Amino acid sequence: MAAPTLDDWKRMYHALSRIRLFEGQVQRLAGSGEIPGFPHLSTGQEAVAVGVCAHLAKEDLLFTSHRGHGHVLAKGSDLEATFAEILGRESGLCRGRGGSMHLVDAANGVLGATGVVAGNLALAAGAAWAAQAQGRPNITVVFFGDGATGAGAFHETLNLAALWKLPVLFVCENNGYAEFTSREEHSNVNHVSTFAVPYGIATQTIDGNDLPTVHAAAGEAVAILRNGAGPYLLECMTFRMAGHYVGDSQQYRSKEELAAIKEKCPIERLKRLLVERGVEVAELDAIGERARLEVQHAVERARAAPRPDPKSVLEGVYRSPSLNGMAG
Amino acid sequence: MEQTFIEILRRALDEELARDPSVHLLGEDVAAGGAFGVTKGLAQKHGAARVRNTPISEAAITGLATGAALCGLKPVLEIMFIDFATLSMDCLVNQTAKYRYMSGGQLAVPLVVRTQAGAAGGAAAQHSQSLEAWFIHVPGLVVVAPSSPAEAYGLLKAAIRLGEPVLFIEHKRLYTMKESLVDGAALPNIGKARVVRAGKDVTVIAYSAMVKDALAAAGKLSQSGISAEVIDLRTLLPLDMATIAESVARTHRVLIAHEAVRNGGVGAELAARIGSELFDELDAPVVRVGCPFAPVPFAPELEQALLPGSREIVRAVQQLIGPRGRAQE
Repeated sequence: MAAPTLDDWKRMYHALSRIRLFEGQVQRLAGSGEIPGFPHLSTGQEAVAVGVCAHLAKEDLLFTSHRGHGHVLAKGSDLEATFAEILGRESGLCRGRGGSMHLVDAANGVLGATGVVAGNLALAAGAAWAAQAQGRPNITVVFFGDGATGAGAFHETLNLAALWKLPVLFVCENNGYAEFTSREEHSNVNHVSTFAVPYGIATQTIDGNDLPTVHAAAGEAVAILRNGAGPYLLECMTFRMAGHYVGDSQQYRSKEELAAIKEKCPIERLKRLLVERGVEVAELDAIGERARLEVQHAVERARAAPRPDPKSVLEGVYRSPSLNGMAG
Repeated sequence: MEQTFIEILRRALDEELARDPSVHLLGEDVAAGGAFGVTKGLAQKHGAARVRNTPISEAAITGLATGAALCGLKPVLEIMFIDFATLSMDCLVNQTAKYRYMSGGQLAVPLVVRTQAGAAGGAAAQHSQSLEAWFIHVPGLVVVAPSSPAEAYGLLKAAIRLGEPVLFIEHKRLYTMKESLVDGAALPNIGKARVVRAGKDVTVIAYSAMVKDALAAAGKLSQSGISAEVIDLRTLLPLDMATIAESVARTHRVLIAHEAVRNGGVGAELAARIGSELFDELDAPVVRVGCPFAPVPFAPELEQALLPGSREIVRAVQQLIGPRGRAQE
């Protein structure tokens, strides 16, 4: 694959900015109570979403976790429909039935976020199996956090995916925390890539906050999958700038730790890199401003969109109306 | 030609594999024929890619089957014993059942999970349970429990074609039961119960292996002048209240029989719905026969002592009808 041009990097800068600003709006409106539930932000981890999804076609499939807004947007889902879903609106991706933790945009290859840690891994393997069984060339990517490695389903899925040579890319965003508990406290195994080795799965651990690094590594991994030599596990070391959920006071982290993480911001890093390559700061600021306006307009339109009709609450549990009616 | 329950299940799977290339079988040992021989020969006939052995990883294979169902396959997953469905629960309850609804109708899960339940022959506490009640509590699932080989044939084929996640619960005690198929019979509608024996004094509602016991009990009761109608639920989720209401309107008395523990069982839901929806039709409280509140023991004497059967149904019906009830006839 050709190396990205300067214009490609600018487009990715725009994509990173959109996710950051989108989640800023989620934080604001969850804080004020307008967004129901407890959304989880990927702030600080955006380079993984953008660097990996840059290699995906619309037909490629994506599964994500409770921290999935960035992945869904990076895959190309509509800003307004995604935000409307997080607000619980009828015009949302899932007509307000799913919400922040259950985003699905099937037409765009986003087959779902899950609120159960590690619950998405085997689903992704299944999607990859279906493609393999039906001779379709698309690949499947699943994003998960390091917390998922504590679940049996993680290990079961790695074994099965390796055994059946499934075209699935496991992308671990290792942000050092399983909710409030640090990696040191929840596992003796520092690197998630270690688990890939005994199953014979190709793997590497990379700096997940450096977009060019993520982009290059994901490109290699995707090429391997497209050649039918899957699966692959890409571990991206990253940092969660936000709490586990909106409203998490993060008592378990020191001020120093949080300040150090700010220094590692992937957007700032890309900005420095692009300036070094001769891009004007003003141009990057203009890209950021364009992203801000896009997000703002999408958010305002989503907020003005109609709410679901309470009378429709029982619709769609089953396809057949006769089953819907009879379930009692 | 008479065939056993196992042979007829194999025939249904064989025909569905031949009919629809998106149907795939997977599970522990299924390519080798499965623990009970249901899938014997199918890998040879339809290819190893369509009848696949899996590791002993219930959580992952349930997820795998669900993910594949989202993407165009119609997997038939075998969970060897319903007791092991405990390991599939996260996926079945949190993902499989909810995908259609949570996605606002964008996706569906046309998946059949075949499993096998019930007590027989000293299988003991972790291979004998009847756990169906857990699943009827989950919106989005369909739960089917056939009572005979011919029933299993039609219901399994209908389940594979339904386009919803179906838990298909076979009873190990029925596996050797023989029956002939009626040529050209239409497939049953999932969600419809059937009246197996007509009667006028009491409605006995049963499913799975207990239908056989209910029929035996009805035969016995007829000798003492009690006419019992027997309903085979076939589908536990959804419940066919219309067929039940029609029967209760004639008999005015209801007994519900299942092998599962009585406490919190399918019978509890049925009794509540009959009590609230059909109260005016009832001449007596709804009665339940089910397993007393203990794990299934190993020793044959103990297993026998615990399991409900036709004797318990006869006794319960006699008490339900009572001398006064009989005098009124």
